[in-house]
Amino acid sequence: MAYLDFAATAPVLDEVIAAWEFAVRQPGNASATHRDGQKSRLLWEEGRENIARSFGAKPFDVTMTGSGTEAINLAIKGLFWGRNADASRPRIVTTETEHHAALDAVNWLVDHESAVVDFVAVDEFGMIELDDLRAKLDNDVALVTTLWVSNEIGTIQPIDEIVALALDKGIPVHADAVAAWGHIPLDFDASGLAAMSVSAHKIGGPVGVGAVAVARGWNVVPSIHGGSQQRLRSGSLDVAGTYAAGVAAGKALNHVREHGDRMLSLANRLATGLRNSIPGVVFRGHPTIRTVDNVHITVPGLDTVSAMFLLDELGHFVSAGSACQAGVNSPSHVLRAIGVADSEGPLRFTLGPTTTESDIDEVLAVLPGIIARTRTLA
Amino acid sequence: MKVLAAMSGGVDSAVAAARAVEAGHDVTGVHLALSRMPGIFRSGSRGCCTVEDSLDARRAAGLLGIPFYVWDLSAQFTEAVVDDFVSEYAAGRTPNPCMRCNERIKFAALLDKALELGFDAVATGHYANVEFAADGTPELHRASAWAKDQSYVLGVLTADQLRHSMFPLGDTPSKDLVRAEAERRGLSVANKPDSHDICFIPEGDTRDWLAERIPMEQGNILDTDGNVVGSHDGALSYTVGQRKGLNLGVPAADGRPRFVVTVKPHTNEVVVGSRADLDIAEIGGTRVSWAGNDPVASGYADLTDDGFTSFECEVQIRAHADPVPAVAEKRDGEIVVRPNTPLNGVATGQTAVLYVGTRVVGQFTIDRTVSATALV
Repeated sequence: MAYLDFAATAPVLDEVIAAWEFAVRQPGNASATHRDGQKSRLLWEEGRENIARSFGAKPFDVTMTGSGTEAINLAIKGLFWGRNADASRPRIVTTETEHHAALDAVNWLVDHESAVVDFVAVDEFGMIELDDLRAKLDNDVALVTTLWVSNEIGTIQPIDEIVALALDKGIPVHADAVAAWGHIPLDFDASGLAAMSVSAHKIGGPVGVGAVAVARGWNVVPSIHGGSQQRLRSGSLDVAGTYAAGVAAGKALNHVREHGDRMLSLANRLATGLRNSIPGVVFRGHPTIRTVDNVHITVPGLDTVSAMFLLDELGHFVSAGSACQAGVNSPSHVLRAIGVADSEGPLRFTLGPTTTESDIDEVLAVLPGIIARTRTLA
Repeated sequence: MKVLAAMSGGVDSAVAAARAVEAGHDVTGVHLALSRMPGIFRSGSRGCCTVEDSLDARRAAGLLGIPFYVWDLSAQFTEAVVDDFVSEYAAGRTPNPCMRCNERIKFAALLDKALELGFDAVATGHYANVEFAADGTPELHRASAWAKDQSYVLGVLTADQLRHSMFPLGDTPSKDLVRAEAERRGLSVANKPDSHDICFIPEGDTRDWLAERIPMEQGNILDTDGNVVGSHDGALSYTVGQRKGLNLGVPAADGRPRFVVTVKPHTNEVVVGSRADLDIAEIGGTRVSWAGNDPVASGYADLTDDGFTSFECEVQIRAHADPVPAVAEKRDGEIVVRPNTPLNGVATGQTAVLYVGTRVVGQFTIDRTVSATALV
């Protein structure tokens, strides 16, 4: 039984469950002025501080949201509206390899708000081509939005260079850091980013807790209006979720600092085993500039759905890596964008703090046979 | 047995899966994503492959405590069923897409994949029974409840396919009992309306749907003597037996209603005639399959040089038509069936299913028809 789908969601840690249960018992709306309200507020603030600290942001600059997707939507739409109020900056510069949370938000702006999208070229590893980015940046660009780390293939984008090029033209950059948080060290304040989005359930926190950091000096227009509990997002504060996510954030920071070598060794064990046992296997994403806990392969002619079924039957949980609607995995837009044919069947293995060598070995013991068997089914 | 239950999201397939579980099988649910329009929602009773249906199927599988997957067979479905439907119409024939789906998707693409993945059988919510001949060959039989019998649309299945098919609803006397059972089991789909019509035509208007896919040109409507009696906007959207929507300018000589008798795609003509002109005395076809032992192996007929001798059977030409006593034989490689009383409104492309008693012997696609008046 191996759970190798941490990128979809990471198992909630016991400490996080305990923290959530502790915080959810605290009565009082965190915006209420009485003492119960004040106690709730303190728990929420403590959670947000821990979250902000884990990625190098000032707590006050962090807006808590109901999901990573909401955080990304708020950042992209908010920056667009803030920058294009006079219709002078309708362009959004991004890549075709973004997560749907960003792509669909951008497409919505194109369809409904007269935005114009410009896709920057990416190389075969999904890495942004900086020369093409430079060429696409001009005074009419509202924002640049990019993944910090690809959720699908693990490639780490050159955020420093991207931000430098954009700031040179006075353009804000939003980074979708959902697949980066808890995997690589993040320092929002030092990055020069205008905004950055994360999601707690990817690091062992509760589902339903996202956050977006917005650097001072950038105007982000809110989408959800109401009681102004937060400057950029109305709605009662989720005390338990935020407090628990703060605990998860602390654990994740620790994980990044102390367990990188162990994750690398596990990932190498998996990659070596796959390379030696699966003819034609191709490793996707950048070979070195990548998160260590993501191993993404494609195999010519592999019927991914059947392979995943057989793995699932044996209790091994992996992913096709691509977006899914009503349970159907559609061909990955990310793989298409980096030039992979639909006939190449993908499998994504994502490791986490609880992954063991025996998890890797169990999967390696059965996967070559399963792949050989299902290759003929496609 | 390891059983893969095909779950459409409807009440029949949910109860069929439940019964397979209760019978002690190791059951896995699968919903087939067949539509290329996954975003559509169900309206009224139409459609069977919407997101909502897949969620209903998932919920039912959850209540049964079985693993559940959605398999995308939309590419195969589009090619084998939808494109086939369009090209058959374009050739002037009237196909049955549900049969094509059973033949090429549910009991072919899905069954093959199921067997490859280690399953022993595919279970569906069809109302039909599988029995076994003395030599162990499987046979397809009508459901116990004739009103719900769906053996016609399964008539394309061969012995190999039947051997790995399971129809847990086959012996249920009525649909009401299935709904009551779903209710008792707490399946929320208990009161979901029956699906009708063609699942990939969500608006239910086949003529409009075809018109978007087949170039339609104005042409003449002729009577059986070749006189022009009207015009149409495209011969291919007419169906043999159709009476409504002809808008004929010239009344019939006998003043009686007229019906589409023939559709001629090559000349873009529609021929209309009296009800008697619809009477068909003979049908023939070469695209044939046997649901188990063939008529010779079954002892119904004797082998000849170019086929087999005639045997008495019943022929059914639509899912809900009454079976008609007939005599069938095979000569020159063609199945020829002569009904004892004329068949009404037969179009080429339709499937004729042959029965002996409750047993489905086999089926063929009707390639030619002989009108009763022509034989007089």
